[in-house]
Amino acid sequence: MSTLTKFSAIPYTGPAPTNRNPYIPSDVAVHDARGAALAEKLQHAAMQQETGQDLPTFIVEKSAIVNVLTVLRDHPELRFTMPLDCWGVDYPRREKRFDVLYQLYSLQNNERVRLKVMVGEDESIDSGINVFKGLDWFEREVWDMFGIRFDGHPNLRRILTHEAFQGHPLRKDYDPAQRWLLTEKDVAQLTPVIDDRFKDVDTDFERVTLNLGPSHPATHGTLRIVVTLDGETIIGADQEIGYLHRCFEKMSETHTYQQVIPFTDRLNYCSAIINNVGYCLTVEKLLGIEAPARAQHVRLMLSEFMRIADHLVCIGTNLVDMGALTNFWYLFQPREEIYGLIEACCGARLLPSYLRIGGLAVDVPTDFLQNAQRLVDMIPKYIDDVEKLVDRNKVFLDRVVGVAPISPEDAIAYGFTGPCLRACGVPFDVRKSNPYIGYETYDFDVPIAEGGDTYARYLVRMEEMRQSLRILQQAIDRGLPEGPVMVDNPYVALPPKEKVYNEMESLIYHFKLIMHGIQPPVGEAYFQVEGGNGELGFHVVSDGTKNPYRVRVRPPCFAIYQAFGKMITGQTIPDAVAALGSLNIIAGELDH
Amino acid sequence: MPVKETSFPDSIIRRKAGVGPGEGPEKGLITLPGESDREVADLGSSTYLTTTVDTMVNWARGNSLWPLPFGTACCAIEFMSMVSSHYDIARFGAEVVRFSPRQADLMIVAGTIVDKMAPVLKKIYEQMPEPRYVLAMGACATSGGFYRAYHVVQGIDEIVPVDIWVPGCPPTPEGLMYGILKLKEKIERGEIKR
Repeated sequence: MSTLTKFSAIPYTGPAPTNRNPYIPSDVAVHDARGAALAEKLQHAAMQQETGQDLPTFIVEKSAIVNVLTVLRDHPELRFTMPLDCWGVDYPRREKRFDVLYQLYSLQNNERVRLKVMVGEDESIDSGINVFKGLDWFEREVWDMFGIRFDGHPNLRRILTHEAFQGHPLRKDYDPAQRWLLTEKDVAQLTPVIDDRFKDVDTDFERVTLNLGPSHPATHGTLRIVVTLDGETIIGADQEIGYLHRCFEKMSETHTYQQVIPFTDRLNYCSAIINNVGYCLTVEKLLGIEAPARAQHVRLMLSEFMRIADHLVCIGTNLVDMGALTNFWYLFQPREEIYGLIEACCGARLLPSYLRIGGLAVDVPTDFLQNAQRLVDMIPKYIDDVEKLVDRNKVFLDRVVGVAPISPEDAIAYGFTGPCLRACGVPFDVRKSNPYIGYETYDFDVPIAEGGDTYARYLVRMEEMRQSLRILQQAIDRGLPEGPVMVDNPYVALPPKEKVYNEMESLIYHFKLIMHGIQPPVGEAYFQVEGGNGELGFHVVSDGTKNPYRVRVRPPCFAIYQAFGKMITGQTIPDAVAALGSLNIIAGELDH
Repeated sequence: MPVKETSFPDSIIRRKAGVGPGEGPEKGLITLPGESDREVADLGSSTYLTTTVDTMVNWARGNSLWPLPFGTACCAIEFMSMVSSHYDIARFGAEVVRFSPRQADLMIVAGTIVDKMAPVLKKIYEQMPEPRYVLAMGACATSGGFYRAYHVVQGIDEIVPVDIWVPGCPPTPEGLMYGILKLKEKIERGEIKR
C-alpha cells in the first residue's frame, strides 16, 4: 500500500470549491425582481430578461438596440439618462460571436441596467450615438478592439491603437504579443494640415489648425488635441488618444487573477489603491467572499488618502498651468507624506499593489493610526493655505470663472461621473449611491458646485479633500478592528508559512494556489467604486480557469475627455489648457 | 610629481602640506573628475589651473544637465516628485526642466512608450541639440516592463540610443537621482562622445 493514498484525502471542512459551478450573485433575487419590474413597465418585444445576474440584465435583439436605448432614456418613470459604459466580449465558439454590452444608469431611481446584444462576426450594429452622445468613443473602442462595425457612427476609426495596426486585439484569436510598427511616414500622412470640417465656417481671421501634444508640457501626459482657430478663438477641437494604450485588458487575460492587481495600479497612477480596491472587490464579488473587517477598514482609509493625493496632484498641476508654481511645490509636500504612509505599509510608494483578492498583502505597521492622525492634522493647513493664495486672486479667477463650462444635461449624456459631474450640480457619488466597504456608516457630505466650469471643478476638489479628511478622522477614531487581514479560505489566500512547513494539506493548498491560481466560478460580475475622477468600474468574466476570461475597466476619464472638444469650443488656447488640467485626465486610465 | 596630501580628503581643492590658504602664493592642487591631480601654478598674483578643454567642458556639462521630461505614464509622477520640494534635484544642478527639446540636453523617458508614441519619441530626440543624453526611467522604458503586449515598445533602445537605465516600476525619486548622478559621472569621465 502506497503512503501516497494519505495525501489524496484533504481534511477541509469549509465549502467545496465552486469553480465549475455557475456564479450566483448573493442578491440575485433582488435584481431578478427588479428586472422583471422593468420588463413589466417597458413591455418591449425585443428585450428578454436574463436572470441570475448581478444587475437587471436584458438580451436585446440587434435590430432594436437604438429603439431600446431611446425607450430607456425617455421613459418617464425610468429615465436611464446616463450611458455608463459600452464594451464587448468575444466568445469565438458561439454562433454569434460577440456580446456588445451597455450599462445605463438612472439618476432618478439610482438604478443600473445592463443590455446585451449578440453580434456575429460579419455583422454590424446600429450606433447609439444619436441617443447618447457619450457612446461615441465607447463605440469606437469596441470597433478598434473587436472589429464590430457601428452603422451610422460619424467617425468610426481606430481610437486606442494606431492607424497602421492590423486586426482587432481583444479578439480571442489575436496573439497578445503581435505588434505592428508605426513609422514616421505613416504619421506624416495622418497629421491634419487644415481641418476640412471648418472650411466653410465664416471666420473673422485666417483659420489655423494647431496641434498640441502628445508630448506637450500643458497636457500632463500623452494627450493630443488638434484645435482649429479663428484668430485666438477655438472653433473646433479633436482629441486623439491612445498614446499610452498599454493593453490592460488583453494583459489581464494572460495573467492570473492576483497578477492582474499590479496592472490595475497603473490605470490611474495618481490614486493607485482605489484601482486595487475596485478590482479586488469585483473578483471578491465573483468569488462570493468578503475581506475581513480589518482589511476593509485599511482599504477605506487608504482609498481616502489616495483621493486626497489625487486631488492634490490635480490642483497643483492645474495651478502650474496658470503660472502659480508655488502651489505645486507646496501641495507636493503632503502628498509625499501620504506616500510615506503607504511606503510604511508595504514598501512601495506610488504603485503599491498593496491589496490582494481577499484582503491585504501584509498587515499595517503598529503605528499606522498615529501616522494617519498626524497626516490628518497636517493636511488641512496646506489646503487652507492654497485656498488663501488663490481663491481671491484676481488672475486666478479670471482664468477659471466661466471657463470651459458644461451643462448638467450634457455632462450626464456624456457619461461624466465624479468631481467633474458634481461641479455641474449633480450630486452623484458612488460612495453614497452604492456604498461599499462601509462608506454607508460614515458621516460625510457630497460637495456640489454650480456652473460646471473650471472654477467649480476646483471648488469641488478642494471640498472633497476636506470631506475625505472627515471620513479619515472618523475612521481613526473608530480604530482598526482586530483580526486577520486576509480571508481564511485556502482557495483564495495562501496558508500561513508555518502551516505550509508543518502540515501536508496546507502545503497542497499552497501548491495548488501557486500553480493553478484562484479559480472563480463561471460567470460575470460588475462592481464600481468612486475613483479620483469618478465611477471606476470593473467587469470581470470568468470561465472557471485561473486567468480572467475578460476584464473590462470602465475608466471615468474616458467619458469625460470625449466632451473636452465641445467644452473648449469658443474659448482660447490658454483657457483650454487650464480646463484640461481641471479635468484631471490621467493617460494611463484614459487609454488603459 | 609625488605630493603628500593634507587633511582635506573630501575637499575638491587640496593643498600641499605646509601651505595654508593665504600663506604666500596660492599653491595647491585641484582635482577634476577623470583627471589626475594637477598643480595650481603660480602666475604672478593670480591662480590658474591646467587641464584639458575636454575635461573642463565635460565637468561643466555633467553639472548642469537640462532635462527634457518625456513623461508618458506613472514614472512621470515620480519625476515630478523628484523635481519638487521634498527631493529637489536642484541640489545636483539638473532642475532646469525644459519642455522644448531644443533647449535640453538630457531626455528622461519616464513611462511606457507605445507604438503610437514611438515616432514622436524619435522625432523629439532628433530635435535635441548635441550633446544629448537619454535616460530610460523605469521598467517600461527599459524593456517594456510587464507589458509584453501588442502595442508596447519593448524597450526604447529600439528607437533611440540610451545612456542610463534606471530600474524600478516606478523607480523611487532617489533611484532616479542616482541615475542622474551616474550619468553625470559618465559624462565627466568623457565616456559619452555625442
